[in-house]
Amino acid sequence: MAQATPGATILELKDVSKRFGEFYANRGVNFDLRAGEVHCLCGENGAGKSTMMNMLYGLLEPTEGTISMDGAPVHIGGPRHAIDLGIGMVHQHFMLIPVFTVAENIVLADEPTQGMTLDIKAAEARVRELSDRYGLSVDPSARVQDITVGQQQRAEILKALYRRARILILDEPTAVLTPQEIEELLRVIGLLRDEGMSIIMITHKLKEVLSIADRISVLRRGEMVGTVPREGQTEASIANMMVGRDVLLKVDKTESIPERPVLTVQDLWVKDDRDLDAVRGASFEVHAGEIVGVAGIDGNGQEELVDAIAGLRPIQRGRITLDGEDITGLSPHEVSEAGLGHIPQDRHRRGMVLDFDLRENVMLHDWDKRDMVRFGIIDRAASAERAETLCDMYDVRSGGGIGSRAGSLSGGNQQKLVIAREIQRDPKLLIAAQPTRGVDIGAIEFIHRRLVEERDAGTAVLLVSLEMSEVLSLSDRIVVIFEGEIVAEFEGGRVDEQRLGMAMIGSGDGHSVPGQAGIGGALAGPEVEETPA
Amino acid sequence: MKEFVDVWILGLGLATLTYGTPLILAALGGLFSERSGIVNIALEGMMTAGAFFAIYVSVQTNSWFFGLIGAMLAGMVLAAVHAVATVTFHADQIVSGTAIILIAAGLVNFLNLTLFGSEGSPPDISSPWKVGPADFRVSVLVPLAFLAVAGTWFVIFRTPFGLRLRSVGEHPRAADTVGIDVARMRYTAVLVSGALAGLAGAFISFNVDSYTENMVAGNGFIALAALIFGKWKPVPVMMACLLFGFAQGLASRLGGVGWLPDAFQSPELLNALPYVITLIALAGFVGKAVPPAAVGKPYIKH
Ligand SMILES: Nc1ncnc2c1ncn2[C@@H]1O[C@H](COP(=O)(O)OP(=O)(O)OP(=O)(O)O)[C@@H](O)[C@H]1O
Ligand SMILES: [Mg+2]
Repeated sequence: MAQATPGATILELKDVSKRFGEFYANRGVNFDLRAGEVHCLCGENGAGKSTMMNMLYGLLEPTEGTISMDGAPVHIGGPRHAIDLGIGMVHQHFMLIPVFTVAENIVLADEPTQGMTLDIKAAEARVRELSDRYGLSVDPSARVQDITVGQQQRAEILKALYRRARILILDEPTAVLTPQEIEELLRVIGLLRDEGMSIIMITHKLKEVLSIADRISVLRRGEMVGTVPREGQTEASIANMMVGRDVLLKVDKTESIPERPVLTVQDLWVKDDRDLDAVRGASFEVHAGEIVGVAGIDGNGQEELVDAIAGLRPIQRGRITLDGEDITGLSPHEVSEAGLGHIPQDRHRRGMVLDFDLRENVMLHDWDKRDMVRFGIIDRAASAERAETLCDMYDVRSGGGIGSRAGSLSGGNQQKLVIAREIQRDPKLLIAAQPTRGVDIGAIEFIHRRLVEERDAGTAVLLVSLEMSEVLSLSDRIVVIFEGEIVAEFEGGRVDEQRLGMAMIGSGDGHSVPGQAGIGGALAGPEVEETPA
Repeated sequence: MKEFVDVWILGLGLATLTYGTPLILAALGGLFSERSGIVNIALEGMMTAGAFFAIYVSVQTNSWFFGLIGAMLAGMVLAAVHAVATVTFHADQIVSGTAIILIAAGLVNFLNLTLFGSEGSPPDISSPWKVGPADFRVSVLVPLAFLAVAGTWFVIFRTPFGLRLRSVGEHPRAADTVGIDVARMRYTAVLVSGALAGLAGAFISFNVDSYTENMVAGNGFIALAALIFGKWKPVPVMMACLLFGFAQGLASRLGGVGWLPDAFQSPELLNALPYVITLIALAGFVGKAVPPAAVGKPYIKH
């Protein structure tokens, strides 16, 4: 794969800057990548990590500075050129065509042919060969829209391998993966490094950094803070480098004081897009003043459950009430009016309009509200003021203030914007689905604190997360969802990762709690009561 | 019996092909364009230009073959305008298309008057070969159109070019990141679209060996409907075109049928038949027609 001697510098950035208008996304950045190393790049949301990688991949042109490969300066004119130079990139938001098959996506623009025709058999064979060799299992003939996010990512990595990349850039590859998939990915990265591949990996998860990195570089507000070897680093030391202060890595919260039930879900049945039962008879409650975490492996009905509560998906059977009001079958707008705040899992699809600016995104719910709209005309001043306040309070950083297009924000800042809008509405029930996906460590601390504050202010919080540690550290109560059923229930702080993990794969140690309405808050046993199904 | 076969089988079959062929050619043009992400409602205008220049060049060169080339070039010139506006300058594709339709109509009518005068084109002109058995003779463009269906299917679904073309219509950014030149792909597709639409226009005017004002008469829009009805796939699109062609053929024939109530014989009503069928077909049968994901959206690099 790589010909360079291990340890030699193969890629170097010298005094590289990138300006968008007046705003420097990167300023005077120095960086080097050695052959056969895993170099982790850390930094807060909006620090300029993706911008820096996009310059390496020819998608953006540096405003100043030079990029050199193997010691010689190069001008990377476009992705084609980057590919020819042996650079492969897995983008933060995947670059896959949903209606194409995996193999079609992988060979696109470098297709094997037979005469004039595209040789799809050869393409699939080649993909299979690569995927076997690196243990990146994915079905080459499956359509991308039908496979899991984890498989999509493997397809993205295969795309780079197929093009014989010797430098692999991974932009937040683990943000959307389940813990199992992350472990698998780290194994693959290790394997690639052993074969001589040089890897730049962006991540917000410091555990991963410590487990895989050879060296670590940190960006802060567009500038390079420094590059350090992994030896001797701790999560706290890297976090400090990133944020410039000590970060509280543990959630600090008091015992919850649950009050009246706000959300009750009774015997809920919901179908998924393929018309299969995704939620099968789930029942549970969330009380005012408590955080209930839904733990489960991706694809066990969490998405459908949340959609059903929010009115985004039809309900086959069952009943949902919000603060006493029956919201079964109401429209999303009606549910939202009834007091739901929803931080959706997929911020691009459900959370915001990427082509709207921040001001418009902040008032999406309020098209019919008196304080934002007068006589059918949007009150620009009022909405601008709200946007300013929220961006301020939630530290949403953008290149051009509240007039910035939401799509131009870095991933984490988009997330903060959605969270700000939903909490600001002062909901009775707040659903937070993957609230810290793709968010930096400082922001995670902040978001977690805000969720706890919401709880303390008497909001019922339903937290859905694939991140076991997040569920464990935030939840006052945890329900485990497996194949659409609530299979176990734990009291927060009284269960460890191991037992939770067992429950998540459907083989908990015998306790099954088909969440009868009412047991939730009352559940006082050490961990879990047994209840007949 | 013989009369029934003549009128209702052969006659209606011929009429279906006569009305359906230009629809097929134009719809295939639309297919190329939209598969690459560019809406081409200007098919109508490109057909008008093709109809005129087919006759004009044929008269000038005394060769129907050059007439066809002229028609395609005329369509491509308008297509180039559309491509420059929408691909390079990110103009709204509907606005650009509408402008081209209006420009084409005005310009062609003007040229028709200046070049041919009020008596129109000369009566005897070189016209494409007719092929087929004695009582079923059709223009050589008819089999050509069916070949074009097969060819389009092959190019779009079986070649690397087709894969890239579709990738650009689905997710131009993803295509860009693997090194595909999105703009170039879209230019190519729109130009092909213009050539096919020009050919479609040529069929219409060669069918009567003369150009008359507004002779394309909305067929460009029906072709677009067929494109949606056929879900952007060559063979279903062809079927849709034949259905619409059949409706037009039927309308032109029902006028002489004695047993129909008078009201149904009014030419106005009958002429509306193809459009009614189009509407019903689109509303009732299309179901979930999923267009190329990026169609209609300009691609702006950073
Ligand atoms: N095309 C653009 N136009 C204007 N500003 C931009 C553009 N692209 C990025 N920015 C700004 O540059 C800054 C850096 O963005 P970048 O995406 O590189 O951050 P990041 O470090 O990758 O963050 P995250 O961890 O959230 O992904 C952000 O403030 C962003 O708003
Ligand atoms: Mg980023």
